[in-house]
Amino acid sequence: MQSKDESQLLPIVDDVQVFKMGAWSPGPGCHGGCGVKVFVKDGKLLKVEGDEDHPYHHGRLCPRALALTQYIDHPDRLRYPQKRVGERGEGKWQRISWDEAYDTCEQRLRKIRDEFGAESIIFGQGTGRDSGGPIIFLAYAYGSPNWTLFGLSGIACFTPRLAAMHQVEGDATFPDAGQFFPLRYNDPEWVAPKVLISWARNLSGSQCTDHYFSGHWVVDMMKRGTKLIVIDPVNSWEASRAELWLQIRPGTDGALALGMLNVIINEGLYDKEFVEKWTYGFDQLKARVQEYPLDLVEQITWVPKEKIIKAARMYATAKPAAIRFGQPLDSNAEAVATIHALACLWSITGNLDVPGGNVIARPPYGVTLYPYSTQEVIQLYGQEFVDKMNEKRIGTDRYPLVKNFRSWALSDMVLEQMETGKPYPIKGLWCQTNNFMANTAQDPRRHYEAVRKLEFNVVVDTFLTPTAQAIADIVLPAATFPEKDSVFSTGVPVNAIYKVLTVDECKSDWEINFELAKRLNPGAVPWKDVRALFTQRLEVTGQTFEELCKKPWAMAPKGHPSGTVPYRRHEKGLLRPDKQPGFRTPTGKVELYSTMFEKYKLDPMPFHKEPIESPISTPEIWEKYPLIMITGRRNGVMFHSEHRQIPWLREINPDPTVEIHPDTAKPLGIEDGNWVWIEGVRGRVKRKAKLTRTMHPRMVHALHGWWLPETDGKAPNFYGIWDLNVNQLIPMGHPSSSGFGGAFTKTMLCRIAKIKD
Amino acid sequence: MSRNGLMIDYDYCTGCHSCEIACKQEHGYPVGRGGIHLSEIMTELPDKTLRIDYIPFPTAYCDLCSARTAKGELPSCVKHCQAATMYYGTLPELAEQMEKKPHSVLFTPR
Repeated sequence: MQSKDESQLLPIVDDVQVFKMGAWSPGPGCHGGCGVKVFVKDGKLLKVEGDEDHPYHHGRLCPRALALTQYIDHPDRLRYPQKRVGERGEGKWQRISWDEAYDTCEQRLRKIRDEFGAESIIFGQGTGRDSGGPIIFLAYAYGSPNWTLFGLSGIACFTPRLAAMHQVEGDATFPDAGQFFPLRYNDPEWVAPKVLISWARNLSGSQCTDHYFSGHWVVDMMKRGTKLIVIDPVNSWEASRAELWLQIRPGTDGALALGMLNVIINEGLYDKEFVEKWTYGFDQLKARVQEYPLDLVEQITWVPKEKIIKAARMYATAKPAAIRFGQPLDSNAEAVATIHALACLWSITGNLDVPGGNVIARPPYGVTLYPYSTQEVIQLYGQEFVDKMNEKRIGTDRYPLVKNFRSWALSDMVLEQMETGKPYPIKGLWCQTNNFMANTAQDPRRHYEAVRKLEFNVVVDTFLTPTAQAIADIVLPAATFPEKDSVFSTGVPVNAIYKVLTVDECKSDWEINFELAKRLNPGAVPWKDVRALFTQRLEVTGQTFEELCKKPWAMAPKGHPSGTVPYRRHEKGLLRPDKQPGFRTPTGKVELYSTMFEKYKLDPMPFHKEPIESPISTPEIWEKYPLIMITGRRNGVMFHSEHRQIPWLREINPDPTVEIHPDTAKPLGIEDGNWVWIEGVRGRVKRKAKLTRTMHPRMVHALHGWWLPETDGKAPNFYGIWDLNVNQLIPMGHPSSSGFGGAFTKTMLCRIAKIKD
Repeated sequence: MSRNGLMIDYDYCTGCHSCEIACKQEHGYPVGRGGIHLSEIMTELPDKTLRIDYIPFPTAYCDLCSARTAKGELPSCVKHCQAATMYYGTLPELAEQMEKKPHSVLFTPR
């Protein structure tokens, strides 16, 4: 079923035109997916509202999208291409034409390619925004295999979980919220999970769309009878509404999952029929969980064993039950092993590929603009070309899982190679959607020193960020979503985004990269324009880009291979390319014992590894730094390092805070609102203390991504990042055994001291 | 004719702030002013656990979105509430709904 087949143009009232479309960054700062109505008068944005007819949110909308007028028309918005005219960091910029910008980029990139090879340019993205698609498009047209999420150690966001799930169960799975049905919760085939585990996923922070799931669907489910088990070190709102709350020590999720598996297996609470028919390696898993007796798990996780037992029983006996989990698991010391353990939980309890369980999510209709899996990269660029790219991609010789999953260069080794020039030199950075100086990178000083020495750097963004100020030679202004054409297909349904506004000379990420790719390698760009490219990629939906704009969203019909229905597709031969029953893995089973991990010389079974610093792994540091610092916990009104300059949003979240339990602050003489040092073994940063009983007394929480756009942007201040950026306390260079995960954003040890006047 | 009001089922308000920004956008209110203000209330329960409640409070600047409701639309805060936990209607309608809700509050800003 599709949306009403009528023009997206609603009646014009008082000269106000209303356009329905999908929303995505830039603007709201998100991973896209919801539907909005954009109100335009005389070429200016009047307001943005939710689209009541869109099946994702039925008219609801996040505060960041609702503040879009202040973003689009912000006086600090980048509006024209600029080139640096002083030294890097001097803050001297000159407006140039797009022709000059493209000419410069083309000439410099061509010269570097001729002298050093295309691989010597790194194409770095951040998160949110549709830019992943255009970045791999540009990198591959240019000939560089080095597409990556620049700066984030172990690429510890989303990719570790995708890699783990694809190896173990052949696909990625999400909790079933009826998201593949136009009728959603009212579809007769959908049932609410009886229990939902919300694992390291803070609803108030990650409140809206994130790929195939949206935060407030948890509330929708609660209203339909779903009970919550919340696993979170912080006493969140969700924890206060949970049937059971497990206040875990950060970084020990793998141990907790193995403890729960221990209970479920030893008490015989698993789904014996599913285990027998559809899993591989149960006996080995049974042996492995014996290494995690509950007393030990309690010691590791700080969760009382009675609660672990209760949670395991509640989840295993609920049927159906689902698990929703978040980025902290991606940053576990052994992220892939942790997520493997979670996949074991939903598999052996028979909660995989069933209504109200964890369901298989593939791109709607199979449309790929922004490839998230190896299959999709190959679908776009062909096996032969991908194999060729893999030869020189950074990280592939050391990490076979990185080589064989997703096509990203490994961030830790990219940095190392920038510094050493070995095995080949790095000469430039194409930096799009990535404010690594304030946000993405661990050890940002080390990144700054490495990138500032490169020959040629381009930053594409919406504001002049600390990163643009510090390292860019050319800055290109990116368009927000109503200023551009794009397609969202990294969740359901497929949404059209289309241009209804112009802000000076801003261009879309797709348009910028398309034009430059055409100049660098015309053969790789056979389309006449970006819309023609979109139309080709939408072919499987049976409609052109222009046709989709009129809908402006489409959901694959029931029974389409990209949907969840029929459920239990593994029984019917609907998941594997050979049409045989089973999952898309080498054995056709869910691999509790992973033959792929074995092939890659990794532990084929889930296990727990302590973070590099912890009360257990470094007791001598714990003695001097007796608090665990959590950072990266999401805040709903600001997306990562964005929105600090948006007045309505900054009013809600004005200060770079560190949250401390009052009992922890009191002996240190710290009162609410005092400025304090957060000190770790690698340095210290300043924060404003916020005292709250939601914190564990042995943990503090520092919001990530802070910079102060109202202060001096030139060197050395760079909008205050060296004072505020907590990532200075976190090292690079400790990825997990697979390469994926291990960013230690939740687990560094620290102490707090009041700043004396 | 019955008066209209706002009813909040505060078992489900997650404190997302959508109501506040929806109101500012609708009325063009600057920083420091708004028709709805979110409050956070933390209560330590007898078993030492913490209950966190969020309640959006309609301020003196709330006009119940009379321009919108005259056209048959919902007030902007109610429409955009991500938890779908704000209700607009006549006082008798809202009072009837409150019977079914363990924790709710009714505001009559006008």
